[in-house]
Amino acid sequence: MSMIQAEKLVFEYEKRDEDGNVVGTSRAIDGVDIDAREGQFVAVLGHNGSGKSTFAKHLNAILVPTDGTVWVDGRNTKEPEELWHVRQAAGMVFQNPDNQIIGTVVEEDVGFGPENLGVPTDEIWQRVEESLKAVGMISYRHHSPNKLSGGQKQRVAIAGVVAMEPKCIVLDEPTAMLDPVGRKEVLKTVQRLREEKKVTVILITHYMEEVVDADKIYVMDHGKVAMEGTPKEIFSQVEKLKEYRLDVPQVTILADELKRRGLDIPAGILQKEELADCISSMILQDNSQRTEMDG
Amino acid sequence: MIRDITIGQYYPAKSVLHRLDPRVKLVSTLLYLVSLFLFRSIAGYLTATLFLIGIIRVSKVPVGYIVKGLKPVVMLLMITVVFNLFLKKEGEVLVQVWRLSVTTVGLRNAVYMAVRLIYLIIGSSLMTFTTTPNELTDGIEALLSPLNKIRVPVHEVAMMMSIALRFIPILLEETDKIMKAQQARGADFESGNIMQRAKAMIPILVPLFVSAFRRANDLAMAMEARCYRGGEGRTKMKPLRYKGRDLTAYGIMSAYVIAVVAIGRYVPLKVWIF
Repeated sequence: MSMIQAEKLVFEYEKRDEDGNVVGTSRAIDGVDIDAREGQFVAVLGHNGSGKSTFAKHLNAILVPTDGTVWVDGRNTKEPEELWHVRQAAGMVFQNPDNQIIGTVVEEDVGFGPENLGVPTDEIWQRVEESLKAVGMISYRHHSPNKLSGGQKQRVAIAGVVAMEPKCIVLDEPTAMLDPVGRKEVLKTVQRLREEKKVTVILITHYMEEVVDADKIYVMDHGKVAMEGTPKEIFSQVEKLKEYRLDVPQVTILADELKRRGLDIPAGILQKEELADCISSMILQDNSQRTEMDG
Repeated sequence: MIRDITIGQYYPAKSVLHRLDPRVKLVSTLLYLVSLFLFRSIAGYLTATLFLIGIIRVSKVPVGYIVKGLKPVVMLLMITVVFNLFLKKEGEVLVQVWRLSVTTVGLRNAVYMAVRLIYLIIGSSLMTFTTTPNELTDGIEALLSPLNKIRVPVHEVAMMMSIALRFIPILLEETDKIMKAQQARGADFESGNIMQRAKAMIPILVPLFVSAFRRANDLAMAMEARCYRGGEGRTKMKPLRYKGRDLTAYGIMSAYVIAVVAIGRYVPLKVWIF
């Protein structure tokens, strides 16, 4: 069953001059079809201004389509009466960790979502505890969010979403403002949630390293879906990815260069280990051939 | 300098006062402040002093810490005392210097006023020392909730207060960053007269405001994404519930108010002019 489905999605915003008069419209999203099934990990890649964040905001009904439809858990985001269902079904984690934490104490922030949903007090406590455990932040429950690192804050933000028990979590560039350590922390947390809670994950990002485990990748450019496929299919087209101004992982570039120089390396290598295995097996083969010739 | 002010800050400790319901503390503080103006005799002042000392002992907040909180208001205190001392013309003249005179009534008013002000500040800061900002906003929300009937958005105001409290340290940090960035480009905040210094603040305030608005926008979006829709239909993670000790505290407070008014009125204790 489709968890999230965007059909011919179009979003236009009005351009205004300094006096606030409308001078025209601009298309941020132009006929996008994206589909995520239950339990899948779907990544949306794109450089700045590709429309990927605008797309993310449609999944939570913060923005509604100008044209086309977005279905979240079988509900049309355009319908005002479905609004709260949509927002509960698709939890959203934003880029800036400071600007999405509302509580002055970690556990109170995690409780904010359930409070809004009208969950009874005892159950709020239970949910807060569970979600803080799920992101590994339970020992910080009485801390002030101001004293946490970026990665920890982002994990608290994720816990805040998890406590609302969504079927799907949308992460809008959750690692863009973090250092490498924080980035790893957040990605590990997301992976764990996927395994333990079986939630659908939509990851919006411009770091390709983060999406190697994805079930499906969409590459956006100028408000359109430019490429779609599995990570293997996408990463085998290094030249095209560079055209869309994406940072291709170093290993993938190296593998691609080696391949073009005539080495027998498969396309779409994503992990260091994969390339290392490939090369070492080639060397072994080469050596055995030489010993045969010598003999 | 801002960091030195201890008024309104929370002092973490484990005391009965810390554990009391915030509503009790808010109401009691208000009662205490009002009670200070209900008597005009030394017996009343003695009662109020004893009560305050008792509360300080119970709160486990160090006296030195409380006194430090008085520092920023010393100027205000001095001005009040000087005005009361010299501008009263009634009563016996004690000292006469040129056209200024100190009378018995003036001296008495000055001392009473100073004591009242000091007690006022100590009393209210004891509340903030023993109550976390969150409890405080919860308490205010609960106490003002009857105003909901006349369409005062009590929940929204309390939410705004708690968000403001959350963002104070973030904005302070940001101010610091902006100041350093401007100093790196040659901005000078330390020299010149007051006007020049005030003008030098503009390149700090403009980016600070821009960023505060951006943050507000982001936060509003994040709150909506988490299904925030105002106070209606909302449950509480930490609902306020009166316990036995809260009722006892109300009892003690009412007993104090009755005692202080009665003693202040009917116990004839006179020491010199007071």
